[in-house]
Amino acid sequence: MSIPEGRAWVYGDNIDTDQLAPIKSYKNMEAEEGCKFCLEPLDPDFAGAVEEGDIFVAGNNMGIGSSREQAPLHLKLLGIRAVLAKSFARIFYRNTLNFGLPALICADVDRINPGDRLRVDALKGTVENLSTGETLHCEPLPDHLMEMINAGGLMQHLRKKLKRED
Amino acid sequence: MTQLMTTRSMTLAEKIIARAAGLDAVTPGEIVTCAVDLAMMHDSSGPRRAGKMLDELGVPIWDKDKLVVITDHYTNEPDPGSIAIQEHARQWVEEKKLPHFIAEEGICHVVLPEFGHLKPGMFCVGADSHSTTGGAFGAFMIGVGATEMAGVLATGEIWVRVPETLRLEVSGTLGDGVAAKDIILKLCGDIGIMGANYMVVEYAGEAVRAMNVDERMTLTNMAAELGAKTGIIAPDSTTAEWLAATGAPGTANVDTGAWQGDADASVARVIDMDAGLLAPQVAAPSNPENAADVSEHAGTAIGQAYIGACTGAKLEDLRMAARIVGGRKTAAGTRFFVAPASNRILGAAAADGTLKTLEDAGAVILPTGCGGCIGLGPARLDEDMTGISSTNRNFVGRAGPVSSRLYLASAYSVAAAAVTGEITDPRELL
Repeated sequence: MSIPEGRAWVYGDNIDTDQLAPIKSYKNMEAEEGCKFCLEPLDPDFAGAVEEGDIFVAGNNMGIGSSREQAPLHLKLLGIRAVLAKSFARIFYRNTLNFGLPALICADVDRINPGDRLRVDALKGTVENLSTGETLHCEPLPDHLMEMINAGGLMQHLRKKLKRED
Repeated sequence: MTQLMTTRSMTLAEKIIARAAGLDAVTPGEIVTCAVDLAMMHDSSGPRRAGKMLDELGVPIWDKDKLVVITDHYTNEPDPGSIAIQEHARQWVEEKKLPHFIAEEGICHVVLPEFGHLKPGMFCVGADSHSTTGGAFGAFMIGVGATEMAGVLATGEIWVRVPETLRLEVSGTLGDGVAAKDIILKLCGDIGIMGANYMVVEYAGEAVRAMNVDERMTLTNMAAELGAKTGIIAPDSTTAEWLAATGAPGTANVDTGAWQGDADASVARVIDMDAGLLAPQVAAPSNPENAADVSEHAGTAIGQAYIGACTGAKLEDLRMAARIVGGRKTAAGTRFFVAPASNRILGAAAADGTLKTLEDAGAVILPTGCGGCIGLGPARLDEDMTGISSTNRNFVGRAGPVSSRLYLASAYSVAAAAVTGEITDPRELL
């Protein structure tokens, strides 16, 4: 898989799914449209300013709340290519990986400043901070999840698997 | 389902996972693949999302008899979007010829057991975060997203990391006017909303044993607000009697003895709580972990009191509210909504007079559904409004606009606020 490189968007603990995907963003709306409301209650400028390749950085319990997978899907559609956090809420964690978006547990996210340029290697579990010259380490993903991410997500992974079984 | 023959001591959750994974034993931290006994999805996560992905994958549902589709999220709004979602769900179910479709009967976590789909020892997944509720029946039930559900629909399997166990031992007897909701809010306050992250919360102790199923469901429901993978309660005669009373096929004589944890199974953490010392709890905006004794917030003016959701609108919750508001009137300037968690609950509350008591006090009875909890329908909070509700989450912008503020509490405390117009210790009104 490609190694994403982009600017860091740094937030705190308990970024919940009602902020990542407010109900108005998904009830009668496709995610391509709804993603414009991602994080609106917390940072109304986020959705408009984020760029392809950017990295989302959060503290503890990233993605707490609902199982609505528009939460990570919105991040992905806006261009976010990796999510780093001290810890994740479990459903959000799985949803994010299922979309082929690396969700990496990184104890040292406090060392990342907003706007830092990061290069995230999910396979190696490293985050190179090009702005500070530091390299941070993440918990490596289990093999079965790395395989799924390399395929592009759960659906792509299943498609390949089902084809092999034919 | 047959019990495992193994020498390793295991918790109930571990036994269920081991059985579903086809293994003799499992250990926390291990990653295993489990065969799913039952999958549940609703109108938001289900046909329109998981169903669509399954269709794009071009494979059939692994076992139609093990899938239950329930509509509850967008059921009461007459807008074209909601109608289209309902219509799509109906068509998809019809096209797939699914045997288990429960339309507009109530909230999925309550309706699923009401229709007899949950039994002790089952390994279940639900495409909703409060699927943890199913643990009240001695099942292991986890919440997943729609893509994950599409994977289950295609393969009948799911990977899980065997969770560590946090056991909450509740000793003693709850005081009058104090409920399961107060226990779980207190736990949220004590350990925080990620206090049980990735773990399974096992609720035990004499106060839990003494609870009816409605109250147990409140505990397992809000395991989600501890970050837990799920919550679970060992099944007993209370469970068996409740299931038998549903009259659903296969519920008459469920085996509860086979699905018990070993007394010497090791757990990661034990928390003791004395029910007798517990005061009613209120979680302040905008996080369930902001729980504190009701006295700390007493006197806060309340614009809306809402008894609703999978968490707080079961028959027992409605009865608690009725005990408080009986002979009283909703305070001027406060609106009071009650949305029973299912039509069966509505029927039972009508039959035993609970509903009339609530209506006489000025409660507006709303149709069943997720409604106000997720900011839909008449119970959506207004701009700048402060509400109190028996629901499970009070995150910013969930139950109303960003400017609204929501307190969480038991049905007793919500009802007390409805009649006094401010946060009130319900014990003063009993």
